[in-house]
Amino acid sequence: MNVQDVSKVRAALKKPSTSSQNIPKIMKQGKLTPWLYLLPALVLMSFFIVYPMITTIGLSFSNKDGTASAATTCRPDQSCWGVFENYHYALTSEFDFSSPGAFWTSFWKSSYGNNVTWMILMTAGTVGIGLAFAVLADRVKYEALSKAIIFMPMAISFVGAGIIWKFVYDYGTQNVQIGLLNSIVKALGGQPVAWLSRPGINTFLLIVVGVWIWTGFCMTILAAALKSVPDEILEAARVDGATEWVSFWKITVPIIMPTILVVVTTMVINVLKLFDIVYVMTGGNFGTNVIANRMYTEMYKNFNIGRGTAVAVVLVVAIIPFIYYNVRRFLAQEAIR
Amino acid sequence: MNRDRINKILSQIPTHFIIIFTILVWIVPTFGLLITSLRPSQDINSTGWWTVFTSQKAGGPYAQYCASCHGADGKALPGADLTDPNVISKYPRSLQLLALLRKDINGQPHMGDIPLPSAQEAADIASDLKSGGVTAPRFTISNYVDAMVGYRGTRTYAEDCRDKTQATDIHCNISDLLNPRGMGRAFINSLLVTIPATILPILFAAFAGYAFAWLDFKGRFVLFALLVGLQVVPLQMTLVPISRLYAQLGLNGTFLGVWLFHTGFGLPYAIYLMRNFLGSLPNDLFEAAYIDGASHWTVFYRLVLPLAMPAIASLGIFQFLWVWNDLLVALVFLGGTTPVMTYQISNMVTSLGAGWHLLTAAAFLSMLLPMIVFFSLQRYFVRGMLAGAVKG
Repeated sequence: MNVQDVSKVRAALKKPSTSSQNIPKIMKQGKLTPWLYLLPALVLMSFFIVYPMITTIGLSFSNKDGTASAATTCRPDQSCWGVFENYHYALTSEFDFSSPGAFWTSFWKSSYGNNVTWMILMTAGTVGIGLAFAVLADRVKYEALSKAIIFMPMAISFVGAGIIWKFVYDYGTQNVQIGLLNSIVKALGGQPVAWLSRPGINTFLLIVVGVWIWTGFCMTILAAALKSVPDEILEAARVDGATEWVSFWKITVPIIMPTILVVVTTMVINVLKLFDIVYVMTGGNFGTNVIANRMYTEMYKNFNIGRGTAVAVVLVVAIIPFIYYNVRRFLAQEAIR
Repeated sequence: MNRDRINKILSQIPTHFIIIFTILVWIVPTFGLLITSLRPSQDINSTGWWTVFTSQKAGGPYAQYCASCHGADGKALPGADLTDPNVISKYPRSLQLLALLRKDINGQPHMGDIPLPSAQEAADIASDLKSGGVTAPRFTISNYVDAMVGYRGTRTYAEDCRDKTQATDIHCNISDLLNPRGMGRAFINSLLVTIPATILPILFAAFAGYAFAWLDFKGRFVLFALLVGLQVVPLQMTLVPISRLYAQLGLNGTFLGVWLFHTGFGLPYAIYLMRNFLGSLPNDLFEAAYIDGASHWTVFYRLVLPLAMPAIASLGIFQFLWVWNDLLVALVFLGGTTPVMTYQISNMVTSLGAGWHLLTAAAFLSMLLPMIVFFSLQRYFVRGMLAGAVKG
């Protein structure tokens, strides 16, 4: 991302600016003063984020209850990764290595495959619908109301959203359908389906719930960026005979690209950490498991600390590229302040 | 009206269509939940919620064959009150019911001009009468009452209390609101968790944000960059060591433990937002204050805190919704000892298999406060989101 783009985003988001140079020279401060202001926050953050992260990494090399090395859990008749045994489990236990074809099939049924599906479809869905809605709502009089409705699920807990959608997907009996989706299917002449327990479809239906919740977030940020696109440029394009469609793709999208990237990375991070929707709606059963739910299952249902923390570390490793991107974006913003 | 305007309106139609369609898709599931939570449980399980909008109550064979004489509520004929359990119990199955319908009453055919229902329809009528499904009102708030007190029986809380057949943990007085299985208690627990867990991080973030924005110290930049990275650390990474530590300290299942955890985890984002906001305040303001001889502390609480109110408001909403809607932390650190609303609901779904009437009411109860906060303070919420955009 180049510096000019960043400055546009900042203008769009009305980011305040500051730098160490413009701290008033006159202010007097003891050497300790800043640290007194920082102390409570630093203590809490080190205690609740930094320390547990390090401990988690340590625990991931230990056995079930964290008392001995993971190497002791190896079975003599099976392949073993020594102290990395928990990672052996976390990374390979869901896969079938007997043939490339079997591996491919088992990958898409595993929590990793599901997370990849989630990541692609939910990011595309939220950003796509969010952008489309932001563009279209800009042209109608009831813009504020329609945006508030799309945004509303942000205030609802994942648990509440889970209930709302479980009811939509409900599979009653052959005669009575109280779920909206099955009633529509029936009205169209189809057969009712037990949506949430049918592998293959269920993950997509859970993704719909995720999209329903997060689209409002993407829409709001993208709408703010859209408002910052200068009208003169669009007007000039119109005068030159460009259609709305062309000027959207050739002018608007490139200008708001930095914001789109910010939204995409934010969504990817959110999706990777996603837990509640799956936990409430299927409990990770019927082939809908995701990494975060798997970690919870290992940890609090199987009570295997070693394996649970190993899954958590795998999760954080998957997120690291996006953390890196986030910090770089921040540094780029600071550089132009 | 000139041609241009008509053209413009026509060209807008697809836009309106797409927007309204999307809005409907977004709002119908929630609306269905609300309607369902207000229906009697027999209705919920026999017909879809959208049927409440059709003029006749839930169609069905009763409405077709019986309602014209017995009335929609079954009470129209004083001599044959269909809400009386003693009357109904004489005709438990289609066989007895059909026999009755074939008989003459006072010399006239029972059914008059109406044809006799089929065996299947008669069976449906009989079962509807038995369950009281015919005679119950279309809407009820009893689901909410049942959810609030954690009622788990097969009828309703009000009926059980009237007939004195309630379970042993129900007392039929105001203390039922504190029943550990109910949403009433969970609501209080949720408040007790959320309010301190919202105030604490904002307070500490205001301190730290001030230091990052207006104080000079070594490592300021590096520390802040680190903070940006910490914002996206997944919660799952930290649960295990903290719960082990809490077990040693005796903090598992306590409010203090959850407050501290949410505070620690909410801080990176809160500081980030605070620092950006405080940094945007004009320089002269601070210069003037320092020239007047104000100390940092005076500047902080006389100048910075009042000026930072917009940022505090958006941060407050964020943290409030985040903590209120959180399930994972509550599940791990509080669990069943002090259940919060999200925990209570997920428990209903996963282990107890409570009926839709309780589930929908409970879900709506848990959504009530966030909705109010959200719609009344939406402006601040959006502003905070635009400034930060990333939350762990």
